[in-house]
Amino acid sequence: MTSKVAPMREAVADLVRDGDTVAIEGFTHLICFAAGHEIIRQRKRDLTLARMTPDVVYDQMVGAGVARKLIFSWLGNPGVGSLHAVRRRIEDRDPAPLEIEEYSHFGMVCRYVAGASNLPFFPIRSYYESDIPEVNPKIVPMTSPYDDGSEVYVVPPLKPDVTIVHAQRADREGNAQIWGLLGCQKEAAFAADRVIVVVEELVDGDVIRRDPNRTVIPGIVVDAVVEEPFACHPSFAQGYYDRDNAFYLAWDAIARDPATLEAWLREWVHGLDSHADYVEKWGAEHWASLRPGPALSGEVDYGSYA
Amino acid sequence: MSVPSSDDGGGTRYSKNELMIAASARLLAGVENCFVGVGLPNIVCNLAQRTVAPELQLVYESGVFGARPRRLPLSIGDPTLATGSTAVTSMFELFAFYLQAGLIDVAFLGGAQIDRFGNLNTTVIGDYAQPKVRLPGSGGACEIAIHARKILVIMRQAERSFVEKLHFRTSPGHSGDPAHDRDRGWSGSGPTNVVTDLATYAFDEETGEMTLRTMHPGVGLEDVRANMAWEPRVAPDLAETPRPTADELRLLREELDPGRIYTK
Repeated sequence: MTSKVAPMREAVADLVRDGDTVAIEGFTHLICFAAGHEIIRQRKRDLTLARMTPDVVYDQMVGAGVARKLIFSWLGNPGVGSLHAVRRRIEDRDPAPLEIEEYSHFGMVCRYVAGASNLPFFPIRSYYESDIPEVNPKIVPMTSPYDDGSEVYVVPPLKPDVTIVHAQRADREGNAQIWGLLGCQKEAAFAADRVIVVVEELVDGDVIRRDPNRTVIPGIVVDAVVEEPFACHPSFAQGYYDRDNAFYLAWDAIARDPATLEAWLREWVHGLDSHADYVEKWGAEHWASLRPGPALSGEVDYGSYA
Repeated sequence: MSVPSSDDGGGTRYSKNELMIAASARLLAGVENCFVGVGLPNIVCNLAQRTVAPELQLVYESGVFGARPRRLPLSIGDPTLATGSTAVTSMFELFAFYLQAGLIDVAFLGGAQIDRFGNLNTTVIGDYAQPKVRLPGSGGACEIAIHARKILVIMRQAERSFVEKLHFRTSPGHSGDPAHDRDRGWSGSGPTNVVTDLATYAFDEETGEMTLRTMHPGVGLEDVRANMAWEPRVAPDLAETPRPTADELRLLREELDPGRIYTK
């Protein structure tokens, strides 16, 4: 099999195109900020950004002007408060309006499930007596065709042009293993036309094959594999580094003021060539402070059946 | 919710948050599992686990069942929730197999606005298309409100948040028509209790309407009325909210929140 390993710059240049629907998934965990920064650096435009929880990464991207639309289910800086760049565009249309399409968490997950399963829609028991379907006509009531005649709501498939997910490790073909919170990365990856997997560590195929149950995304759906340690910062990678909560708190003040946000983007994104420069700029001491202690899993015996 | 308070009898001092946490934790007596939010609900569940609900399993929408956090989680996706938990699932499984299938006993919700029937708004203040304040939206709240067997609400009480009419109904509560509510066929029975910084409420079984049950020590009916937009139903046996016990306060201060992040 051929290697899909590529530098971030090349992967984003080749696979993310102006006007695309892009999903950088990961629920609090494994959010690939480095990919978001590279998209900003390459000045992509008119993107539709899909994510259950837009988080600080999409506030940065929206603030940088790469997006025209958001598809989401929870819009905030988790544990901190608001996404101010996003709110400015929704509330004040400043500097331009931002189109939004919103769901609940279950609705968003099931949009990816429908997309990944090649289904025309997915039925869920949600949205009853809620105003959400009134503001999103894509959420449609339906009666079960079977005897009980249950009322459900259906959501349409979401098939991103590009899904970008981070994993702790993958081999050169893109077989990616994740542990800790799984979010909806598997569903978002299978649903997408193109997939970039970014990892803390590239490993030999043997390492993957020793523990196949841990493989969440198979190489068959992956177009590029990027090795980029600390690419989730200020989000976290279970077992590798903790969430940098101080940055999530700091972002609140940075994003409140458009000039401060602009200066931050200049200093931390446009002013740097790559994520490696970002890692160096934070400094070794910072990374050491985010390192968790060990908590090893036990081993299981798959058995040898030669 | 950090207004300092003390009991009025010269006994142990406690904060309003400590009172709210203790009152909420007691509502979890005997509960087996609970969908936890970040902040106060998290510490409420941890206190309940050490007092009235030792078997309580903590469930997080991030896909964790049976969490045993070793530190106070900073968000519902904190890495401490995964380490040492009983199961980590995809979010699809958590919402489909655990929540939608009816396995969740209790969930905590809150919001910017609540009405007398426990409907909640976490979406917008003002008009949806041109909001005055854009709030986070549903997250999992809409389906949690429908499927968790009981919903507990913790909110600070004010006239602008306890409203006559929501600007947007994100998560359904009671409809005001009990026959309709019984026929809905949802696994959840809707909101059962509300705990505020002034009082606690239950929902009237006949009308589904929020009913004042207890007022916190030092709070009068006028304070309660001044901080909501409708005239509340009052339970015939209106009582004072029990103060936190010495044991509850010790657990909160020494074990659960030594940094006093949530209890100050």
